[in-house]
Amino acid sequence: MIAIIDYDTGNTRNVKKAMDFLAIPNTLSADPDVILKADGLILPGVGAFGKAVEALKARELIPVLKDAAQSGMPILGICLGMQLLFDRSFEFGETAGLGLIPGEVVAIPENLGVKVPHMGWDQNQVTQSDPIADGFDQQATYFVHSYYVKTKPQYILAENDYGIKMPSIVRNQNVIGMQFHPEKSGRIGLNGLAAFKELVSNGNYSRN
Amino acid sequence: MLAKRIIPCLDVDHGRVKKGVNFVHLTDVGDPVAIAAAYEKQGADELVFLDITATNEKRPAIVDTIEKVAGQVFMPLTVGGGIHSVDDMQRLLKAGADKVAVNSAAVRDPSLISAGAEKFGAQCIVLAIDSKWDPKKQRYTVYVNGGREATDLDVIEWAKQGVAAGAGELMVTSMDKDGTKSGFDIPLYQALTAAVRVPIIASGGCGKITDFNDVFKQTDVDAALAASVFHFGEFTIPDVKAALKKDGVTVR
Repeated sequence: MIAIIDYDTGNTRNVKKAMDFLAIPNTLSADPDVILKADGLILPGVGAFGKAVEALKARELIPVLKDAAQSGMPILGICLGMQLLFDRSFEFGETAGLGLIPGEVVAIPENLGVKVPHMGWDQNQVTQSDPIADGFDQQATYFVHSYYVKTKPQYILAENDYGIKMPSIVRNQNVIGMQFHPEKSGRIGLNGLAAFKELVSNGNYSRN
Repeated sequence: MLAKRIIPCLDVDHGRVKKGVNFVHLTDVGDPVAIAAAYEKQGADELVFLDITATNEKRPAIVDTIEKVAGQVFMPLTVGGGIHSVDDMQRLLKAGADKVAVNSAAVRDPSLISAGAEKFGAQCIVLAIDSKWDPKKQRYTVYVNGGREATDLDVIEWAKQGVAAGAGELMVTSMDKDGTKSGFDIPLYQALTAAVRVPIIASGGCGKITDFNDVFKQTDVDAALAASVFHFGEFTIPDVKAALKKDGVTVR
């Protein structure tokens, strides 16, 4: 069973719809018992970083998510859910994140001559081969974000070029993030969710 | 680099697609799910659903339509028409819409844009504008109520005001071009893209494949919307994308 963290954010139900369409057993939950007993977690997210952290805190989910990650459970953060996996964000002041992948979340610079938000279909280039990322190489997926992640190359599996290189898929062992919306990226995106399910089923991860 | 988006627009009247779609052999030409799936297969980058239901009692049907489409078709969905409140937005977003477009109601009460952006994020809020050139005043005038009623607003100024209030995208229909099949309104989109930095969807006037090349080569719009040329199979989305690609325009 994959638990989709239910904390009142925009894309939660669309992630569930995609999982249902793929016939992957899943449940929407904010219950620590359900979350810690799941085989894998999806952390969706749309909107502002600070508000999302507040919503997770209000449901006392921050320690639960950290415990789950520590136990080796596969976790997939989507869009803002990916950004929440990092140490901190500078969106409307500094806010601490979950700290599951080293790095920080900063604004897309306005001097690049590109429009912000980065909204629409953009192509992914895989920088490290990985079962989670390989299906996305040279494929376009749907993005909507005004902030991006700065992290070390070792955690980046794929990126896109929007005036600067921005990570589109990240991974630190069992903790994975997708900056785009796999639930809104057609067949390519659904394949990514199915790849996460495979990883959950195979236990193909380690926590050194 | 972001791909330029090609967006079919579906008119929905209490849950049924009007101006039936016949580019593929659908058993039910008015079924929104079947039509959305067919457009997904063609490579549409996004779908716009325009609720043209006249009566408020039948309005909830669009929520049900979006719920069904979002369970079967996995691409960005935008809904416009008859959205008057943050509650209306909430119902549609919860049903599976990714963005909501406000038009007349935002003109009457611009705080609707900021209230929606604050609650759901600017990326969810599309400001739809119906524009008509006023030769006397030498400016584009904003029209409301389905283009039936002129306002005092200048399109460019209203666009700036809407973006300042929190609109994350503009969907601008040229009433001068709509239905003429003579191409998109290039000067309008040149003026708009010079005035604001949010993504802009061009709408109205598309009649042939090269109209897409013209709007993307001559203006900085991010997306182009069309209805009848796609619905009636005059040409297909792959036709448009092939022509754009040949012309050096990035498409998916």
